[in-house]
Amino acid sequence: MTAQEVRLCGLLLQEHFGDVVEKVGTHLICSGVLTLRALAHETKLPLDLVKKSLCVLMQHGMCAFGAGRRGPAGPVEYHIICEHILHMLRYPRYIYTAKSLYGDTGELIVEEILQSGQMTMSSTVKTVADRLTHNMPEGQSMDYSEVVSAFSRLVETHFLQRCPPMASAGSSSSGAVNTPLPAVTQPTKPEDHPECYRLPYINLTGQGKRRRSSEDGEAEQRAAKKAKTDNSERGDEGIYWQVNFQRFHLHFRDQAIISAVSCKLDQASSEIVRTMLRMSEVTTPAHAAFTQALSANEIFRAFPSSYNIARPILDQYLTLLVDDPMEFVGRTGDSGGGMYVVNLHRALANLARATLESVVQERFGSRSARIFRLLLRKRHLEQKQVEDFAMVPAKEAKYMLYTLLSENLVQLQEIPKTPDYAPSRTFYLYTVNQLPTARLLLQHCYKTVGNLIERRLYETKENKRLLEKSQRIEAILASLQATGAEAAQLTEVEEMITAPERQQLETLRHHINKLDSSENQVDETIFLLESYINSTQAPP
Amino acid sequence: MAGRGRGQLTFSVEIVGIGKGENLPPSSVQPTPLFPPLAQKPVPLQTGEEAEYMLALKQEFRGAMKTLPFYIRPAAPKKGQFGVKDELCHKHGFAYMVAESPAVPKQPKQPRVDKEEIIRKLETLEQKEEDGSSDEEEGEKKKPEEEEAEGEEGYDEEEFEDETDYIMSYFDNGDEFGGDSDDNIDEAIY
Repeated sequence: MTAQEVRLCGLLLQEHFGDVVEKVGTHLICSGVLTLRALAHETKLPLDLVKKSLCVLMQHGMCAFGAGRRGPAGPVEYHIICEHILHMLRYPRYIYTAKSLYGDTGELIVEEILQSGQMTMSSTVKTVADRLTHNMPEGQSMDYSEVVSAFSRLVETHFLQRCPPMASAGSSSSGAVNTPLPAVTQPTKPEDHPECYRLPYINLTGQGKRRRSSEDGEAEQRAAKKAKTDNSERGDEGIYWQVNFQRFHLHFRDQAIISAVSCKLDQASSEIVRTMLRMSEVTTPAHAAFTQALSANEIFRAFPSSYNIARPILDQYLTLLVDDPMEFVGRTGDSGGGMYVVNLHRALANLARATLESVVQERFGSRSARIFRLLLRKRHLEQKQVEDFAMVPAKEAKYMLYTLLSENLVQLQEIPKTPDYAPSRTFYLYTVNQLPTARLLLQHCYKTVGNLIERRLYETKENKRLLEKSQRIEAILASLQATGAEAAQLTEVEEMITAPERQQLETLRHHINKLDSSENQVDETIFLLESYINSTQAPP
Repeated sequence: MAGRGRGQLTFSVEIVGIGKGENLPPSSVQPTPLFPPLAQKPVPLQTGEEAEYMLALKQEFRGAMKTLPFYIRPAAPKKGQFGVKDELCHKHGFAYMVAESPAVPKQPKQPRVDKEEIIRKLETLEQKEEDGSSDEEEGEKKKPEEEEAEGEEGYDEEEFEDETDYIMSYFDNGDEFGGDSDDNIDEAIY
């Protein structure tokens, strides 16, 4: 784990789970693998707090445990899964995608499961139904069956999956050898479990309950007690569901490819690519370099009925897509009117390359970007060749190359003519390596998000007094309105905040919103670069 | 690079592109500024319904997480965790704490004997008040005299005991130093 990743993980843990979990989490990331006792000793926190923090992290899938170095007889060792902590940046995007695909119900289901880490189906359905009922007008309520159907659709399309069952440790009452605890180096993947996507049978009928504000305290206690007894009757205790991040990432990747095609070519081509990707959603494994081969006939038949283009035009579009230098679509055969595949890895590489070029352009200007693109295409060039090909005057080309070199975006490669690397007899070539540069930019992105979060915390801390005052006044206003106060009293309370203070609050809110949406936007770049880097690595 | 003079490079600069005798920019002798001026203005943020909705989702999620039981707050420091050891520590000083096993984390100590001491002090002060109110007039005259006498005596004692030029506290070996800070024995006393 790089320093920037550790820092960002720490900030995210602190924001969502508090200081204690942050301390435990960062220490465990830095140490790699630790037992509970060692962790408590090194962080100097009381043992029960450390236990609670580990439980919270495991609940959210960020920490895993396994047999330690001394084997199954020794103490259990814990380690952190850093990627899952970094996924917290992307939670709003997951929730928004669920909303766009499955409506408000889907959105709330995914939000509830992300907040709790793992949930049973019945408790999710009940909570979501209650929340939806709360927002509906008086007299209406959300039926459980609707929520159950939304949940089923999420599971069918693999957006939700069952949590892998815990291997029981040493409970061999019958004397048989149970499955040993998974070794720390090989965690069980949820997909290894054959029933990963099977919905349990639950008899859940009813409707969402509306919470009355007057009975809040009692109703919650009663509901909590009822929930404990209910779960055992529902028939799905012990079956917990979690969000399948990989499936969401595949969806985002497909969206990125489709929008790239529509920007580069036109709407019709993007519809064709969308159809091809939709058809191969289920058949293509997660780390495949390209989709299954689809014949032009199949693509034609699978078009949505609202969108009809003639068959010869489809063929022309497919030829255009294949000939395009971005190489999104490739032709692999001639049967069935032509067999076509979507080149997933190449598309990701092209998207990453476009990101790199865009970064250079926005930071250093279009001429530096031209030099950068030139080096990406021609691989190795001498100083003189760069000036000639880029059509940039010598002095400026030199200056730009050295700026890029000092930022590590461009590297210098020595090619010796003689074995003693004599400087007068060596070629010095400028080059750009896409993968290391992408890694470098990814670390810059992590640092950026860390800086954004820290700045937001600083701004909040600076104006803490003002924020607390405004919160108190809002609470007073709300309670006054609830008890039906006169307009004069309300205006009097509102005037407790002076006009310059209001202005300051407004500026503060504007700043915090800007910082938050910047984080969201940087996360899109992080996703693209991460997907590209993961696609170049061998599948696990 | 060791050898014939400083400033000799291992490769000829002409190849990299710097001509002979050309003016190079001066070498920088300080780290780059923390907020360097930007050459280009950055692209504005994305706006639109989607961006705003995701912003709202993000802020709501953050707020909701703070109310859930997963948000763990550090426990407030408990008073008198060490019980008997507190009293003994106060009576015998720092040395007693060193005998403890090092694995036990040292918590900020809030000695339980505080309350009893305070009550005793208050009682003695009460008695003094009652006595003092009756002897007030006499005491007033005597006190300034006593203070002066004490001050002079103290002054005499310290300075002129052995007829040296130094005050007697110069010869102390620092045993009394830091003896009044029994509460926070987390830091080592040098």
